[in-house]
Amino acid sequence: MAGGLDGRGVGHLVIHGHSPVHRLAPETKVVSTFAFVICVALTPREQMWAFGVHAAVALSIVALAGLPARVVLARLAVIIPFLTFAALVPFVAGGEEIEVLGIGLSRDGLWGAWNVAAKASIGATASIILSATTSVPEILRALTRLRVPKVLVSIMAFMMRYLDLLVDQLGRMRTSMTARCHDPRWLWQAKPIASSAGALFVRSYERGERVHQAMLSRGFTGTMPDLEEQATPGGDWARAALPPVVALAVLLAAVML
Amino acid sequence: MSCTTIQVADLRFTYPGAHDSVLDGLSVSIGEGERVALLGPNGSGKTTFVLHLNGLLSLQSGTIRIGDLDMTDANLPEIRRRVGAVFQDADDQLFMQSVRDDVSFGPANLGVPRGDLDGVVERALDQVGAMPLIDRTPHHLSGGEKRRVAIATVLAMEPHALVLDEPTSGLDPVGRRELAELLAGLPQTQLVVTHDLPFALQTCPRSMIVSGGKVVADGPTREVLADAELLAANRLELPYGFDVSAL
Amino acid sequence: MIAMHAPDGFLEAPVALATAVIALVFVALALRVSGRELGDRQVPLAGIAAAFIFAAQMFNFPVAAGTTGHLMGGALAAILLGPWVGSLVVTVVVVVQALLFADGGLTALGYNVLNMATVTAFGGWAVFRLMRRFMPRNAAGVMGATAIAALVSVVLSAAAFSVQWLFGASAEVPFDTVFGAMVGVHVLIGVGEAIISALAVGAVLAARPDLVTGASDLDATQLAGGRRVGRRTFVLGGLFVSLVFAAVVSQFAVDNPDGLEKVAIDEGFIDSGRDHALDSSIFSDYATSGVGNETLSLAVAGVSGVLITLLVGLGLISAARQGRDRIAAS
Repeated sequence: MAGGLDGRGVGHLVIHGHSPVHRLAPETKVVSTFAFVICVALTPREQMWAFGVHAAVALSIVALAGLPARVVLARLAVIIPFLTFAALVPFVAGGEEIEVLGIGLSRDGLWGAWNVAAKASIGATASIILSATTSVPEILRALTRLRVPKVLVSIMAFMMRYLDLLVDQLGRMRTSMTARCHDPRWLWQAKPIASSAGALFVRSYERGERVHQAMLSRGFTGTMPDLEEQATPGGDWARAALPPVVALAVLLAAVML
Repeated sequence: MSCTTIQVADLRFTYPGAHDSVLDGLSVSIGEGERVALLGPNGSGKTTFVLHLNGLLSLQSGTIRIGDLDMTDANLPEIRRRVGAVFQDADDQLFMQSVRDDVSFGPANLGVPRGDLDGVVERALDQVGAMPLIDRTPHHLSGGEKRRVAIATVLAMEPHALVLDEPTSGLDPVGRRELAELLAGLPQTQLVVTHDLPFALQTCPRSMIVSGGKVVADGPTREVLADAELLAANRLELPYGFDVSAL
Repeated sequence: MIAMHAPDGFLEAPVALATAVIALVFVALALRVSGRELGDRQVPLAGIAAAFIFAAQMFNFPVAAGTTGHLMGGALAAILLGPWVGSLVVTVVVVVQALLFADGGLTALGYNVLNMATVTAFGGWAVFRLMRRFMPRNAAGVMGATAIAALVSVVLSAAAFSVQWLFGASAEVPFDTVFGAMVGVHVLIGVGEAIISALAVGAVLAARPDLVTGASDLDATQLAGGRRVGRRTFVLGGLFVSLVFAAVVSQFAVDNPDGLEKVAIDEGFIDSGRDHALDSSIFSDYATSGVGNETLSLAVAGVSGVLITLLVGLGLISAARQGRDRIAAS
């Protein structure tokens, strides 16, 4: 399973609410998220207190946005494979060893594991806050306003628009396979799955062609029209800057100390 | 809002690489403001014909005339504005992130200034009774809602004619009835391509049957549908228990 | 699947930044070239193809005894859509996964895009074109080439990650351990990728052969010739190729002591490697410290680096040549 879709669709990513986080202009949230995560990633791993502050900032935004802890935790599951990897590091890494419960563990390995675990979970929490408080159309609009090339944003928009449709199709194919008692357990039984991937590609491509025709028939000439141009409220930039500014201060302090 | 005539003469078309022609001398003449049903079984070339009316397939042989405009490359933008095509799968037509953006797409391409777009969009949605859906995501609309919004996306371009490809596919009975009422209230010239015979009877006074890429019957819908032999010869069939003469 | 969707903090900042710059260049180029190839169809076709790749990554396929793996899709995308559109499409998927699904870190986007989209699409495409020369000019040949390209693309991706690890390790795991584990695991994953990709391409060839960019040089009669590949031949062939591959790779792995054993060795030798001249080099201290045979490790890293660059370069050249042919033909 990729991306925690859970078959529920991209429309369910956002958790509706009216918190100050929800109301911020989306472009300020996107910039704020990136800036915050960069500061976290740059923080030296030895300064554990710094990650405590970073985590506290992230968690207080979760609380401010009124996001249910259950949902945030469920979405954090995405990073579990890497936490598993991180957990292995102390066993395979070299360097000075320390004894924990009778097992020799690499001191540097422990630091490495801590580093990945802390940065990955705080970083992922930041992304989760963004997508849980900002709808997909809002994020796409934000990217346009942030001068991401329009073609790229449009491609993303079409992808998001048709993703659920494709996933539904995929689900139906799988149901019909299960209905005919197809329960593959070995790789060489995977042919029906692969064939349905092929069929899904053909259907997707043909839909792409039909959508293109529908666009042409409404006057499309190759560039997506600019549908809106709204100024970002200045106060939003200031409010959204708060978390990364705190993170930057923490980062600077952590580097100096 | 005006309406237009549609004149098609001797249209022939073969897909690249295929042996058999899909359209084989199709000729159609539709008057201003007429509502005409184009009936035919699957594979009779109906969708190919619809694509031609919007210049989405280039002419191989024959002529198409929309009002006073011949189908030529130079006239293509204006023809696409005049003829609003509503495609079979509404999901192909609603490709933006919100209903508002979708309905804006056509007029924005035509150069309607950004400040005027909202008014155009709201008028079009009002016409199809879909104003409450304006900020919804197309993916989450019902079949009937999608169909109405799809019609709004072309109405926003103020077309003179509407060409609808299988408009009732995927609609429940209430959705069908609402669509029929909606079409009856629109002033444009309409060509309804369908194999849903009761729907044709409900919406279109005149019907044509297409078979083998040409028109094989043309007349008042009631008469066309009453001719059981004609229908059977063209793989068309009224639903079980449906009796044209009883209406 | 560690190279896939790496989170924040996995590699050090300089590597994250450097890979981000390279990835940006590739994205900019891919946008331009795919715009030229697809014209005004670029937005809807690339967008929906990206949705397809996203959905395809949700295809869980059985590996053995009920355990499952999932498709990466870089080579598949390149073979179906051409390397430029293919890499663009996978890039979009990777970016959206990071931004919306927290799947892969935002600061890790550089190396994630490079490893999962650029290396798999262009490397896979190069291998595909090379293999096509040795394969019969029919559907089975295209499928065979797809299988090998898909397998190699996954392994290349893992190797690329290991090489980046050498430059920007964030934990003290020596390069050879990472390389051995990554490449070893990904050979296994690659077998699944190979079989699913090949069968998927086969299904597209059967339905709409014109949609397989990698087979655009074949006409309908060529494709139909010798169509049926027995499943047994296919599986056996796939197993053979992957065994050869695994044997080559394990040559390196065998030379390197495995994890726990190594810890013991390191206890005695940990300081001997420290003042080696290479320590002051651009390679990360973490990745080179405690490496049993540093020269061998660097040789492996060097060879993989060269191989990756070479294949991606070949993919680029082949893509450029194909683009030129297509323009000349039209």
